[in-house]
Amino acid sequence: MCLGIPGEIVEILPDQPDLAKVDVSGVRRAINIGLITDDEPRPGDWILIHVGFALSKIDEAEAKATLDFLEGVGQAYADEMEALRESGIE
Amino acid sequence: MRFVDEYRDADRARALAAAIARLCDPGREYKFMEVCGGHTHTIYKHGLADHLPENVTLVHGPGCPVCVIPMGRVDDAIHIAERDDVIMTSFGDMMRVPGGRGSFFDSKAHGADIRMVYSPLDALKIARQNPDKKVVFLAIGFETTAPSTAMTMLRAKAEGLGNFSVFCNHVTIIPAIKAILDSPDLRLDGFIGPGHVSTVIGCRPYEFIAREYGKPLVVAGFEPLDILRSIHLLLTQLAEGRSEVENQYGRVVPWEGNPRALRVIAETMEPRPYFEWRGLGFISHSALRVRDAYAGFDAERIFDIPGGRVADPKACQCGEVLKGVLKPWECKVFGTACTPETPIGTCMVSSEGACAAYYNFGRFTRDRVREATRD
Ligand code: SF4
Repeated sequence: MCLGIPGEIVEILPDQPDLAKVDVSGVRRAINIGLITDDEPRPGDWILIHVGFALSKIDEAEAKATLDFLEGVGQAYADEMEALRESGIE
Repeated sequence: MRFVDEYRDADRARALAAAIARLCDPGREYKFMEVCGGHTHTIYKHGLADHLPENVTLVHGPGCPVCVIPMGRVDDAIHIAERDDVIMTSFGDMMRVPGGRGSFFDSKAHGADIRMVYSPLDALKIARQNPDKKVVFLAIGFETTAPSTAMTMLRAKAEGLGNFSVFCNHVTIIPAIKAILDSPDLRLDGFIGPGHVSTVIGCRPYEFIAREYGKPLVVAGFEPLDILRSIHLLLTQLAEGRSEVENQYGRVVPWEGNPRALRVIAETMEPRPYFEWRGLGFISHSALRVRDAYAGFDAERIFDIPGGRVADPKACQCGEVLKGVLKPWECKVFGTACTPETPIGTCMVSSEGACAAYYNFGRFTRDRVREATRD
């Protein structure tokens, strides 16, 4: 729950300005991007996600490093991805 | 993956370890607390303590939100969940947390409608789909998750959703650090500051630690080299007689934090006069409750809750572990009566808890050490 998981924005959902479709290790889900303060999030941007919300933008290298860290975490990461798969934010 | 290697590189780790050793005064003991459970995880997993001189000790802090939820609050949540008209929702981490009368899992087995969600927004969706039920979201976590709860309440209000509420257990990191600094049992020389909480609160709130307590704090990333580098920065400050807040994790943490996230928290929640932390007791202004303006979304006002205090089991030494006074394996029930499958204390429940981290990785390190010394 406390893990920040990196994802790549695929599409900003047009009718819901705060939501974006985000690819998180191959799982695509709607994520709320309303808390990002720096310039407008765009497709191709990497974000750090906590419980369905992006808290910050990161660069691609940082995203890769974080994913690598998470894979090492094992069960907690597996649980978080499992939860994300069940998620249906709208 | 070049970047990853950069943060993992064994040569750089060795060089840093050597630099750390050079900075240490051999006649002095150094104790640094890593506040965040994520750091505890990295430290055990990579056996970082083995890279440090013997007079440098890392102690684990209270930065595991599941670990600090007191028994009484779990019981209150179960009390709400067992009502026929309620659907209780919570993060998976909470399901096994023991209260005075069992856990969510036990209560679910007895028929309570308790559902795991990934996000508070998933709980909101359940509320939309079940207009005849009262859907409660059990909110836990530090400032990393509080903005999500805040945004969800704002959304519920905008939609005029009348059957959604939050059982708010958000805690704040600064009063916990202050309580540890004021605790007589522990003398610390500095802090490895939490990475993700700081993306929200920024680095400024830590300044009193450097100014008033004279202890350095370095906000750190989660890779092994990040942590070694942060220890190096802490020792450099001590060697030069400085105490400042430094940001080693600037690639993710802005100095000012996330103002929008802070704004939504302040809009919907306010500090409680005091809140009980498991093992640590009552700490003033250390948690958040829902503001009057959002009373309609506050489970504590909607439902009658017992609100009692339940003492921790006698065998449990989580308080000492959370304050860094005891190492996990020094707890009498560690690994015997208390394991991740049958947790007695909360530090064994969440993978961010020090006991679970040590249970999962520490043995491996110990075995490895035994193996290495055999030849
Ligand atoms: S071993 Fe169990 S009871 Fe002891 S401190 Fe750890 S979690 Fe608490």
